[in-house]
Amino acid sequence: MSERIKEHPILGVQEKGELVKFTFDGKEVEGYEGEPIAAALKAAGLMVHRYTKKEHKPRGIFCAIGRCTDCVMVVDGVPNVRTCITPLVAGMDVRTQYGVSDKPFDEQ
Amino acid sequence: MKRYDLIIVGAGPSGLSAAIEAAKRGLKVVVFDENEKPGGQLFKQIHKFFGSKEHRAKVRGFVIGQQLLDEADEAGVEVVLNATVIGLYQDKEVVVKRGDEVEHFKGNAVVIATGAAENMVTFPGWTLPGVIGAGAAQTMMNLHGVLPGKKVLMLGSGNVGLVVSFQLEQCGCEVVALVDAAPRVGGYGVHAAKVARTGVPFYLSHTIVEAEGEDCVTGVTIAEVDSKFQFIPGTEKHFDVDTICLAVGLSPMSQLLKMAGCDMEDNPKRGGQVPICDEYGRTSLPGVFVAGDVSGIEEASSAMIEGRMAGIVAAEYLGYIEKEELDTELESLDKALDGLRQGMFAPKNRGKAIEKTEEGIDISQNLLLHGFVADDEIERYPGVTHKVGVHPVMECTQNIPCNPCQDACKKGCISIGSNITSLPIVVDGSECINCGMCVASCSGQAIFLVDEDCGDGTATVTLPYEFLPLPEAGTKGKGLGRDGKAICDAEVVSVKSVKAFDKTNLLTIRVPKEYAMKARFFKAV
Repeated sequence: MSERIKEHPILGVQEKGELVKFTFDGKEVEGYEGEPIAAALKAAGLMVHRYTKKEHKPRGIFCAIGRCTDCVMVVDGVPNVRTCITPLVAGMDVRTQYGVSDKPFDEQ
Repeated sequence: MKRYDLIIVGAGPSGLSAAIEAAKRGLKVVVFDENEKPGGQLFKQIHKFFGSKEHRAKVRGFVIGQQLLDEADEAGVEVVLNATVIGLYQDKEVVVKRGDEVEHFKGNAVVIATGAAENMVTFPGWTLPGVIGAGAAQTMMNLHGVLPGKKVLMLGSGNVGLVVSFQLEQCGCEVVALVDAAPRVGGYGVHAAKVARTGVPFYLSHTIVEAEGEDCVTGVTIAEVDSKFQFIPGTEKHFDVDTICLAVGLSPMSQLLKMAGCDMEDNPKRGGQVPICDEYGRTSLPGVFVAGDVSGIEEASSAMIEGRMAGIVAAEYLGYIEKEELDTELESLDKALDGLRQGMFAPKNRGKAIEKTEEGIDISQNLLLHGFVADDEIERYPGVTHKVGVHPVMECTQNIPCNPCQDACKKGCISIGSNITSLPIVVDGSECINCGMCVASCSGQAIFLVDEDCGDGTATVTLPYEFLPLPEAGTKGKGLGRDGKAICDAEVVSVKSVKAFDKTNLLTIRVPKEYAMKARFFKAV
């Protein structure tokens, strides 16, 4: 659904790191190294980062500056990683967070 | 424990400004910032700033950010990033978390310049992915080059809501509506007008009833509210959107000061919980100073001046400069800050409904209600005059502290005078040479060059244009009115893009002459 800005009338063409591959729930996704994980997910149209523990409600990017913690996910096995301020590294294993786990609720 | 003369928390506009002034006077200064990059929110600001030369007016925010970083570097300021200050204790002990480690530092003086956080409003569906803060939109589009969404509804008509709406359009998003529960547009009229003329409808006295969608936003319903902010049944309006952007104000991030035991107050005029401090940022704790939004919500231009004040005050507190130097420096900074705090949007006027300009002219009610000055209101302003040949038409209708236009015209056609908030006037007998510098230098994009009668039944209008694709000469399309509606056929006559215009392209369009004073935007068809 979302995409990248190819050329901006004021900022021109923005410099990016190397295009690398990482995985989202096991599926291969591309993003630029060094950009926030959340930016790469957003550019790929992936909106849901986690489901809340009690009510299982979806959450995604909200503040994008590391304050609100809505965008936390399980990254390389570590839960509660703020994806909006964590730089993307090639080969990262990024997973939807269910409560504080990467296992869907019916498997917990 | 490492000791510094001055520890600054926050590397935004005020923190960096404080650091520069202190370091220039010989203090050993460190700035801690929790972010990966310095500059605070400046690097997300792509519009030209208001003010006068001394406030770096007509320079874009991200350029100012880079200038500050260069100055800080030159002055020998140490900036430590990814460093979250988690505590401020007795005797100015500062506790910093970096990665998994916590370190303690001691400052002989401390400047807290932590800025502000965005406010939120709640409504059914507000936690859905796709509901984002306006700051998040800016971060995504202006820092990371990612579209925040395709179809966006903006809630909030303050300067943040207006500026971010325009920026969303600049990167190719469609802003379907600009909504505010308040009965009047909150931000600068010129910011509203440049959004309205692109065709964004304004809904004042409206707010969000509900965001719709299962796993992310797919739509939104708004409705009108009465004077008590209660929904009026039957006024619901629905929009298909994928993104809802919230721009509903900022709150000072003053927690560290409270923790340190500063005297605090709850002051709605300053945005919430703020430290009690004097005009130079001295708090109730000796040697602890504040600058920028943490002590009251304003904007980056004033934050930079407050930062400089705090840096100089800290230098004097530690004996690096004499009282005399302090007084001289503060006097000139006082003037600069005072200049920014004038006009109808000054902090002292917050929340007041202002009916007339300082010149005694009625404020455009249409501007406050719908975001644009109506055709029958525009003639009352002194920047709007008529003349044979090309001449500037300045649709600057509110008293805001800004004057780059009068410096831009080398022919002396434009005058604001010594009062920075005065509306610009066209100087009698002056000769416009159609250079376009005024159009490009107006931070509010409110100046047009108009030739009302080219002699062949047409008129030309030169307007600022900061969108892609840039139309070429010969492109046919529609002239849009101030309300963003197509009102006439229009053809692009010329496109000027020179370095001095700083990315503001000048589009000259030819329209039937009866639309000379009405067509203010161009859309190719």
